[in-house]
Amino acid sequence: MARAATTADAFNAVAEPRRRQILDELADGERSVNDLVRQVRLSQPLVSKHLRVLREVGLVRVREAGRQRFYRLNGRPLKPIHDWVSAYEALWNKRFEALDEVLEELKSKEDGDGNGDE
Amino acid sequence: MATVTSRRTAVLTLPTDTQFKVVRVFNAPRHLVYRAWTTPELVKRWWHANRGEVILAEVDLRVGGKWRWVSVTPDGMEVAFHGVYHEIVPNERIVYTEAFEGVSNADESATLNTLTLVEKDGRTTATMLTEAHSREVRDLILSTGMEDGLQEALDLLEEVAVSLL
Repeated sequence: MARAATTADAFNAVAEPRRRQILDELADGERSVNDLVRQVRLSQPLVSKHLRVLREVGLVRVREAGRQRFYRLNGRPLKPIHDWVSAYEALWNKRFEALDEVLEELKSKEDGDGNGDE
Repeated sequence: MATVTSRRTAVLTLPTDTQFKVVRVFNAPRHLVYRAWTTPELVKRWWHANRGEVILAEVDLRVGGKWRWVSVTPDGMEVAFHGVYHEIVPNERIVYTEAFEGVSNADESATLNTLTLVEKDGRTTATMLTEAHSREVRDLILSTGMEDGLQEALDLLEEVAVSLL
């Protein structure tokens, strides 16, 4: 069987909650493995395992400095996921813009009814 | 820096493999947001998403009560959803199932949705959490926006093409 496409791999990589947590931490900046072990509260082997998956799909980049390895986020592989959900998001934005108008009308009606002070 | 509360756009996130969440802030107290979400005549005015019109909005707002909303796209296609209310806390929370009638196993693939309204300083944050039975069903729902977007693009293309005649 052929391997799944790169985008599918990125989808799979972020499907795991702990990996999303690691990505959230890296969104704030570069982190060493030890930093991540502390922040995510997982064992070092587990964190390393997740980092390996993320690295394979290009979601994190690694830099070596002495005996330390530093990881940083690379958001590019997330773009297909972003594009995919943003279309659905746009659908709701249209609904909500229409809802804004309905709400403005309800508000002015309520004020007009003399309902008093809140 | 922009503050989150001033954002008037919906934010969609994927909290787990089987869920998605849409969050939006409205410049209105929550009892009005609740009313707009649960009153048929008002639902008809915003559910359409500018893609046709809502021709039916049935709301039997009680636990075990049914709802059914039907819209018609500009090209005449009916899009219908229905479900059952599981929990109702007026002005605060509604838990309900949602089934898309366009698929053969509509009720088996129904999602469980929770709408939560939180008011602060006269503004309301609406959080809509959708829980699907499986990741496949969730992903299928999310990809429907994609089709709509594509359809819209094709419609625009048609407009442009016609204007060139």
